[in-house]
Amino acid sequence: MTDITVDTPRAKARRAPREGGPSSGRRWVMPVVLTVISLIWLFPILLAVVNSFRDYAYTAKYGYVSWGGFTIDNYKNAWQQADFGIHFWNSLIITVPAVLLTLFLSCCVAFVVARFSYRFNLALLGFFLAANLLPPQALLIPVYRMFRAITVPLWVSDSGTLLNSFAGLILVNVAFQTGFCAFVLSNYMKALPRELYESAVIDGAGVLRQFFTITLPLCRPALAALAVLQTTWIYNEFFWATVLLQQGDKFPVTSSLNNLRGQFFTDNNLVAAGSMIVAIPTLIIFFVLQRHFVAGLTLGATKG
Amino acid sequence: MASKRKYRGIDQLSTRDKVIVGLMVVVPTLIVLWLVWLPAIGSVLLSFTNWDGIGPLSDIKFVGVQNYHDIATIYPPFWPAIQHNLIWLGVMFFIATPLGILFAVLIDRGVAGTRFYQSSIYLPVVLSLALVGFIWQLIYSRDQGLLNAITGGTTDWYGDPDVNLWAALVAASWRHAGYIMLLYLAGLKGVDPSLREAAKIDGASETKTFFRVVFPVMRPINIIVLVVTFIESLRAFDLVWVINKGRNGLELISTLVTQNVVGEASRIGFGSALATIMLAISSVLVFAYLRIAMKED
Repeated sequence: MTDITVDTPRAKARRAPREGGPSSGRRWVMPVVLTVISLIWLFPILLAVVNSFRDYAYTAKYGYVSWGGFTIDNYKNAWQQADFGIHFWNSLIITVPAVLLTLFLSCCVAFVVARFSYRFNLALLGFFLAANLLPPQALLIPVYRMFRAITVPLWVSDSGTLLNSFAGLILVNVAFQTGFCAFVLSNYMKALPRELYESAVIDGAGVLRQFFTITLPLCRPALAALAVLQTTWIYNEFFWATVLLQQGDKFPVTSSLNNLRGQFFTDNNLVAAGSMIVAIPTLIIFFVLQRHFVAGLTLGATKG
Repeated sequence: MASKRKYRGIDQLSTRDKVIVGLMVVVPTLIVLWLVWLPAIGSVLLSFTNWDGIGPLSDIKFVGVQNYHDIATIYPPFWPAIQHNLIWLGVMFFIATPLGILFAVLIDRGVAGTRFYQSSIYLPVVLSLALVGFIWQLIYSRDQGLLNAITGGTTDWYGDPDVNLWAALVAASWRHAGYIMLLYLAGLKGVDPSLREAAKIDGASETKTFFRVVFPVMRPINIIVLVVTFIESLRAFDLVWVINKGRNGLELISTLVTQNVVGEASRIGFGSALATIMLAISSVLVFAYLRIAMKED
């Protein structure tokens, strides 16, 4: 059975391998198992990357279990055929305001909940968090009908209503994401020492000044994490964009994927190139801002 | 911790500050009320009516539970959809989630190269489920897919109603396991190492230590993982919608609701009844989640 190695300082080190000892002779097992799992997990993406650079005629002739026929034409064609320029622009003008507004409103709610002992502050938080968890499809009908009935000036949307407008989609995203962010931020803000506010109040600082000069700067790490997470989520958001925007040329990148299907039906390499183009922003986040993304995701689950 | 001398309520605030504090709460509350809670109530109310979405609101007739009765009896896709949602949940609960937990536990042992393993497994999490559907098409496609190329088969993995749910579930599990791994890994890092050492000194094997010591103290995370799994299974939509808009073997409650509103036949009352069924199921889960999330405060 396992031999008990007590007292060795190494056993105490948190990071040291916990299994066996050098005597167990099975130390290579774990790395091999994990490497195999990792490669299996990476495989679908690697397959897409490799095939996105391959010529359709080549793979049609030799099949996918082959090597060669490399080209970058798929990317050029995918970009042109799918009008990615316009869809990336749409994603940008939906995602950026939605993320900023979500974070700002969440900060407001979290600040009030964390800073003042409202009797109902927990109920308030529950009100927001529950909203975040409801299935969006279940709310579709009333939202859809309301948006269709609400008219907006033409400078807000050329459709004349909230339906088929970026403003409407941004608002829906904000409404759904505020709960999660407010929850995470209020936990974060609660940990700030109250003495900070005390001295600020003595200095005569009003609520707004406390909010902008004390709370927000101290929340920068949490805000960075949430900003990265929300950017990914709203960029990836598919359902609301698909049902609330009626014209294909208004679709953000993620929803426009569905249009590609028909056009690219016979050419999987082109689909692969299109998929990679769509994935680029999130892959950048993955490689550059990984730390923030993970922090944002786990903040809510583990109470920071 | 904090000094409890002051700050009992908003008493100390000037009138101007009271207005500001009020606005800080009221504006977000109104947005969420308007776009989440009112629609939720609206769905429930409309589900008892026969509105077709065309006539004026004054034409709406109250029809009791007629819509629910129709759904259960004369709406063919309903029971398959329920069945598919349950299968979806079953696969996530019994396969994808335990797999994610297993990965987290293996990675948490701290072998060299942890970062690589962790990153590889959670890479799919940053991709949208819609995109996941497209990436797996390269494997599943009938004429050009890798799976058929290797096996020499001719199965249309996304099209054949006998297999397409399972094909979608493999793709969904691929992403879900990474998500759960991340959540669980964060939880494992918070477990007091001395617990494990005590178990080790007592001669407990690693498996035993996990199930008897680590798993029980992870209760809050376990419940969050559980609720996330249930809610994601109920909300599953994007993946099947990009495959075939949730038809032909891929019916889910979420796609049925959507088809009834956006599709050719807009049956508002009927679709609302489907939506209400979703709301009823999710409210149980939401309640469970809120209790855990708020308990620690």
